[in-house]
Amino acid sequence: MRVMVREGLFTDPDAGPPALLGSRCAACGSVLFPRADACTYCATEDPDPVELSGTGTLWAWTAVTAAPPGYTGEVPFGVGVVELPEGVRVIARLTESDPAALATGQPMELRIETLHRDDEGNDVVTYTFAPSRPS
Amino acid sequence: MTGVAVTGVGLHPFGRFDGVSTTDMGVAAVRAALREAGVGKGGFQAAFCGTAYGGVATGHKVLSRLGMTGMPIVDVEAGCASGSAALMLAAAAIRAGQYDTVVVFGTEKMPRGIIRSSFFEPWQEEAGLASTPAFFGLRAQRLCLTSGITKDHLARVVVKNRRHGAANPDAMYQKETTVEEVLASRVVCEPLHLFMLCSPNEGAAALVLRRADLASSSPAPVTLAAAVLRSHIPGPVLSESTPLAGLARDDVPAPTTLSATAAYEEAGLGPPDLHVVECQDTDAARELGSCEELGLCEPGGSAALLDSGATELGGRLPVNPSGGLLSKGEPLGASALGQVVELVRQLRGECGPRQVEGARTALSHTVGRGANAGVVILTR
Repeated sequence: MRVMVREGLFTDPDAGPPALLGSRCAACGSVLFPRADACTYCATEDPDPVELSGTGTLWAWTAVTAAPPGYTGEVPFGVGVVELPEGVRVIARLTESDPAALATGQPMELRIETLHRDDEGNDVVTYTFAPSRPS
Repeated sequence: MTGVAVTGVGLHPFGRFDGVSTTDMGVAAVRAALREAGVGKGGFQAAFCGTAYGGVATGHKVLSRLGMTGMPIVDVEAGCASGSAALMLAAAAIRAGQYDTVVVFGTEKMPRGIIRSSFFEPWQEEAGLASTPAFFGLRAQRLCLTSGITKDHLARVVVKNRRHGAANPDAMYQKETTVEEVLASRVVCEPLHLFMLCSPNEGAAALVLRRADLASSSPAPVTLAAAVLRSHIPGPVLSESTPLAGLARDDVPAPTTLSATAAYEEAGLGPPDLHVVECQDTDAARELGSCEELGLCEPGGSAALLDSGATELGGRLPVNPSGGLLSKGEPLGASALGQVVELVRQLRGECGPRQVEGARTALSHTVGRGANAGVVILTR
């Protein structure tokens, strides 16, 4: 069975194409990720829940070469920033761990990946971005 | 409103000291600062202690060992800017007339390895997103892109600061390095190599602040012209506030810029008036970004500033004459006050081979998770 690394960050991984769960502020129009009790930018309460676009462009990237604190998965792994059409930049893991294989502005798409298997035999999954497949 | 003078400074060297406790280091630094200021038991009315990993009552433990308690003793945590925050509180209390004399110190023993920060939620650690060097790497990559910085520039920041640090007996690394050696060290997070990142470590620093009209003339008092702390405005995805997302905008000022703007106004001077700067160089790109955010050059101008030689000892505006955190290492609670200790000694002309000749106006800068950015301006 697949379990999310944290509930409420992305849609059910077993139910169709994944999407990040964000909010849009009714007052200032800003898009937030993850969901929040109030708009980060104008403090208006209860922004509207939205699902974010599953595609975007690469804005920054690097690779982590040594396991950071509390992390038991494989290294190296990619980390980057992907800009979504809603005007939001999201920090995420990247499926590509070779920085030389990536370029600014490159199309990226959201995926779900397994981090590790927990003590109860579940696959712990999280969101990640991969270079878009040529269409 | 009364002015504030720094009448004594003390430092425990920065490095790794097995068998020496957080309290031991704090005692050494505070004792040295009190001695220099000629202040003893009953001579100060409050104490503020910066620490991030020290634990419960870190400041009390230090002052208890010195037999000096009874006054308010407050521990202050603001990440890398913990010492700046403690200094801001102490200076404000003196200006407000609440106290005549206050002791401000910071002491820290960082865990070994990549910093584990309680800032991150457990799931962020589990997902590998609690990697501080990765955030430094992403920020460095963007700065390289927007400011025309190359890996050679990043290596030369390290070479410069390590050259300065070679003349600082309180630094962790007192050995010069070369561009080739920096670039041959392993890549931690592109574009940052191991030598381009500062080492978390151990140390302590202390200051005695006094109402300027009560400060004696020996040692020559240094004026605390501004001590400002600001947090972030949300928006930049790679801000030290370390959010999970931000806006696709590049016009939101950084917390360092907010803090510097307020500090220049408070001190009634600007970047052209500065003679020496100690700034946050937790990685080599951070020093260049700090120069831009502090207004030491135009936005995008930090590579040209480095190329000009201005920021080297002997240049127009030496940056990190102590060797910076790249030479000293970073004990979070002590790092900001360590910069201020260096600058007080620079303004007094006590720095020997790393002295910035004729320095009369100095700025220190730290920025850390939260985000918290501290800027301190000293004059004499």
